[in-house]
Amino acid sequence: MVWFRRKQQGVLTTEKKVLPDGLWIKCEQCGEVLYRQELERNMWVCHKCDFHFRIQSHHYILFLLDDGSFEEFYAGIKSVDPLRFKGKKKYADQLKDAVKKTGMNEAIRTGFGKINGKPVVMAIMDFSFIGGSMGSVVGEKVALATEKAMERNLPLIIISSSGGARMMEAAFSLMQMAKTAAALARFSDRGGLYISVLTNPTTGGTTASYAMLGDVNVAEPGALIGFAGPRVIKETIGQDLPDGFQRSEFVLEHGFLDIIVKRQAMKKTLSQLIDSLKGGQTAQAS
Amino acid sequence: MNGFVFDFERPIVELEKKIQGMKEYSYIENVELQDEISHLEAKAEKLRKEIYAKLTRWQRVQLARHPQRPYTLDYLQRMMPDFLELHGDRRFKDDPAIVAGVGHIRDLPVVLIGHQKGRTTREKLHRNFGMPNPEGYRKALRLMGLAAKFKRPVVTLIDTPGAYPGIGAEERGQAEAIAKNLFEMSHLPVPILTIVIGEGASGGALGIGVGDKILMLENTWYSVISPEGCAAILWRDAGKAKEAAEAMRVTAKDLLEMGIADEIIPEPVGGAHRNYDEAAKILETVITERLEELLALPTDELLEKRYRKYRKIGYWEESS
Ligand SMILES: [Zn+2]
Repeated sequence: MVWFRRKQQGVLTTEKKVLPDGLWIKCEQCGEVLYRQELERNMWVCHKCDFHFRIQSHHYILFLLDDGSFEEFYAGIKSVDPLRFKGKKKYADQLKDAVKKTGMNEAIRTGFGKINGKPVVMAIMDFSFIGGSMGSVVGEKVALATEKAMERNLPLIIISSSGGARMMEAAFSLMQMAKTAAALARFSDRGGLYISVLTNPTTGGTTASYAMLGDVNVAEPGALIGFAGPRVIKETIGQDLPDGFQRSEFVLEHGFLDIIVKRQAMKKTLSQLIDSLKGGQTAQAS
Repeated sequence: MNGFVFDFERPIVELEKKIQGMKEYSYIENVELQDEISHLEAKAEKLRKEIYAKLTRWQRVQLARHPQRPYTLDYLQRMMPDFLELHGDRRFKDDPAIVAGVGHIRDLPVVLIGHQKGRTTREKLHRNFGMPNPEGYRKALRLMGLAAKFKRPVVTLIDTPGAYPGIGAEERGQAEAIAKNLFEMSHLPVPILTIVIGEGASGGALGIGVGDKILMLENTWYSVISPEGCAAILWRDAGKAKEAAEAMRVTAKDLLEMGIADEIIPEPVGGAHRNYDEAAKILETVITERLEELLALPTDELLEKRYRKYRKIGYWEESS
């Protein structure tokens, strides 16, 4: 198979900004007016209330991987419109717009990288591309990244940020849940370490497949994490939802997350997890 | 079968009533009407074929939801007389929206798992309209564990409007329960045969639907979301469900063309709801045949084929 590799630098120049512009930015949670440069230095976390702004895949590459270590693969895989789907808009047009808006081919980027010198395979979803929805390409790239990690015996890290499966690819999208879970099961059977990092939001088919299947499930604080969306639940049960419902802290309390980690500490935590589970001596007597 | 009739079924039902009336008249009055009756029966047969061959996607969806459509237990009563239902997930509770148990189909010992809807209001509530909570998926997984341990093939029957979107379901990890099932089913070392018998909505269906073969009864649908759900999001109008069903291509024929379904199982003319016994007989035959084929494969080959089946689903293009 021919696969495509591009250095970090080249990709960053094509990627478009989706975060708010301007020198001063208002915190979405506490309303504090923040100085942009300081916010950037703080990895887009409000210094006053710890609100984690939603950031893009290139930020995570910058924040979590060693400088210049990201080598993207399969960046050339693009979505097509297999069903010639037309809702209010044509899916084909939506795809074109999303590529133009984000400078990316899809809602996920995959590649090799290093965390404190340790090689890993990383897949990073990007909510700015059609809500981080999972269609054929996202599923395929998750499976390919998993297989790459398996081939090279590297830890796999997937950063999720997704509204769920992509309706415009209908049953194809649904089956990506099975495809990714199957790839992860193989990887697990061969002793691979998979760390799932859930960010705001991770819902629907993404949560109900690879995002909940980490050997370790890590989340950023305050992220919306669930299967059904809060609006659907509210409409179904006809009552208000409890405070903090489906937020990281709630999900951890109910036993489905291992740990909640602030963005500034994420790299260190990932590094520690890799060391603790894959580094050094194994207990297996041989 | 009496009861509910869709508009598109009405011409057939009316013709059938007329035939029935003539038969009764002929019998009671001792009048010879055989020619007329034969003529009308031929006409009815032609009409049935015409109408059912031309059903729109939305009409198929309606048939899949027909209030008289046979559910998992209706099939079990007919094709698995020794079915023994086993309850509970050994974690929290028993979920009546999924039935699971052991028994034989013809002579073949199998573990059977299926969504279960209710027929009466009371039953519907008890079965939560066929919408499982996490416990349902965990019960299913527990029984798949038995299947693996005792080397029994698994048959799953899919018929759900979706996994339940509720507070408790989220608290108890609906997403994790489904994800775990996909993970485990993808490498369960015994054959898994999955059959859509009614509605196949989203992760709620797939949560018991990863298998070596995906079969669909003729009048069923399977997709990432219900047509109403899709319409509500993309058109902001649930009334556009008909358009959504077309756009998503949700029928058995569509899924066969998409390379997802492996086979369409024919239903009795007019739909499974018109003849439970015949529908169950057809299903029983297909299950037995497919399981025998799958049981002949060595486990390694079975699992490799299952992996490849899912691995190749989807469309994209690659450039550099
Ligand atoms: Zn703040």
